[in-house]
Amino acid sequence: MAKSHLELTGVEMAFDTAKGPFIALENVDLKIQKGEFVSLIGHSGCGKSTVLNIVAGLLQASKGGCVLDGHEVNSPGPERAVVFQNHALMPWLTVYENVELAVRQVFRKSMSRQERKDWITHNLELVNMAHAANKRPGEISGGMAQRVGIARALAMKPSVLLMDEPFGALDALTRAHLQDSLMDIQQELNNTVIMITHDVDEAVLLSDRIIMMTNGPAATVGEDLYIDLPRPRNRVALADDARYVRYRQEVLSFLYEKQRKLESLSTRRSGKASAQESGGQAVKQVSA
Amino acid sequence: MTTLSVRIGESMAGSTRKLLASLSPPQLASAGKQALLPLIGILLFLGFWHLAAPQVQTSLGAFPGPAQVWEQAGQLWQEHANQRQRADKFVLMQEERNARILADNPDAEVRIRSYPGAPTFIDQIGTSLVTVLAGFALATLIAVPLGILFGLNPYFQAAVNPLIQIFKPVSPLAWLPLVTMVVSATYVSDDPMFQKSFLTSMITVTLCSLWPTLINTSVGVAAVNPDLLNVSKVLKLSFWTHVRKVVLPSSVPMIFTGLRVSLGIAWMVLIAAEMLAQSPGLGKFVWDEFQNGSSQSLSRIMAAVLAIGFIGFLLDRVMLLIQKKVAWNE
Repeated sequence: MAKSHLELTGVEMAFDTAKGPFIALENVDLKIQKGEFVSLIGHSGCGKSTVLNIVAGLLQASKGGCVLDGHEVNSPGPERAVVFQNHALMPWLTVYENVELAVRQVFRKSMSRQERKDWITHNLELVNMAHAANKRPGEISGGMAQRVGIARALAMKPSVLLMDEPFGALDALTRAHLQDSLMDIQQELNNTVIMITHDVDEAVLLSDRIIMMTNGPAATVGEDLYIDLPRPRNRVALADDARYVRYRQEVLSFLYEKQRKLESLSTRRSGKASAQESGGQAVKQVSA
Repeated sequence: MTTLSVRIGESMAGSTRKLLASLSPPQLASAGKQALLPLIGILLFLGFWHLAAPQVQTSLGAFPGPAQVWEQAGQLWQEHANQRQRADKFVLMQEERNARILADNPDAEVRIRSYPGAPTFIDQIGTSLVTVLAGFALATLIAVPLGILFGLNPYFQAAVNPLIQIFKPVSPLAWLPLVTMVVSATYVSDDPMFQKSFLTSMITVTLCSLWPTLINTSVGVAAVNPDLLNVSKVLKLSFWTHVRKVVLPSSVPMIFTGLRVSLGIAWMVLIAAEMLAQSPGLGKFVWDEFQNGSSQSLSRIMAAVLAIGFIGFLLDRVMLLIQKKVAWNE
């Protein structure tokens, strides 16, 4: 573990707005090892999604940069597959065809037709969606569609899997179910994962490491917490586990004591404004 | 005639009453919505027409009621059947004559002439349909690729938008003289593949009907879900794959909405263009009947009006069917 797998150095992100540049991120340094499951947590508007988009190559850092396996990241690519919050499946393609689009694009040259077919089916089986291969995204539930989104990302054999609040839009039961599936898959494939979340329990349960981000503007890494819990993890058993409770406590205290959001009207509005920024769009100037 | 229609009206009212009695309220509601209410609407319209038409006196006699128009519609069909018979006979005789000439002298040059009779109402419908479909197809071939280009490139869009806004509301009647002159000047050929009148009507139809498709396509292309665009970027799809696999399917519903509006406009424009340009088709039929000014002319024009409306309706239905086959959100 001499050299890190993924490295962000001195990343700053400034968005141009009508009232001058808005600094969303400043001095973000992050080193991630191969096979690590890292969660990014923080209040909305703290630039979590911006970090993820920079790693994905969908956004370019204004200063500093991101290096993956010794190569600088400056454009998107399938080796950094993204799972989007709202599955982002093509609604006109079936579940199978959605995964096929990715597999054909990435393995066009390296796999035969039959190999690709097997690989698509394998990934659908991995997320328990092989039974719905011929359904369209509109015909399956949100949780199922999110599974397919994960299968599509996994099928690209990414060296880093980027997940942007993958379970944020799901109900609690479906979310718990998908979290368990994700843990199983992670156990099996040992992918490097960066996941954005708002959910403290989700972060502690799934992660090897939780990166807590300070509030924006000019957000940066606040605390870096290693979760030393044995795998496989069981959510019911862990609920009483002293270490689990302590980790959870640490994250909560960071979010609600150290980085508590000031609930005055102006900052609440600014929180909303910079929440738009997390979508990668231009931001209105935030009042100080 | 009046007593007959009154009797028909009575028997219809009777059967309607029986039908109403046999249905329970919820059934009645759904059946009524689907079939009964439109039927009642049509019957009321026919009744009003029947009563109001004789009150309107013109120099060609009273305005025709439904019965006269129905009679003339039958007449038009009969004329077409007769003409067809004569044409078949003409072709047969021509073939026999040519065969005889060839039997006498194998080297003789035989001439094959097409039947010289005037086109009937049904022939005019056929001509109009071919013209409108050709014009619409050309408009689609121009508008969809251009729309995709504009939708993908906001700079292009901004540059061309004022032109679209200016040309969109232009009436076909304003284009027609220009198109006629340009076609006459540029389409010069000893053995023309198309008639000039056909080209003039078709190009006018194209010019007037391409705008809704163009605008809707560019709006649809510009409105592709940003998440899907990001997926395309992550997958590193090439430009063409991106257009074929993401942009085009995503905008198909919008494109079809545009196409349906375009086809409706194309059909309206065509009738006006044919009337003004005297090029073969339904428009010319209407104009000729108007000039003819016989006692049946108004009935025949009214029959044409109904045919035009009905064909327009059918064209839209066909587009709807195609849309349901092609679009993913149907």
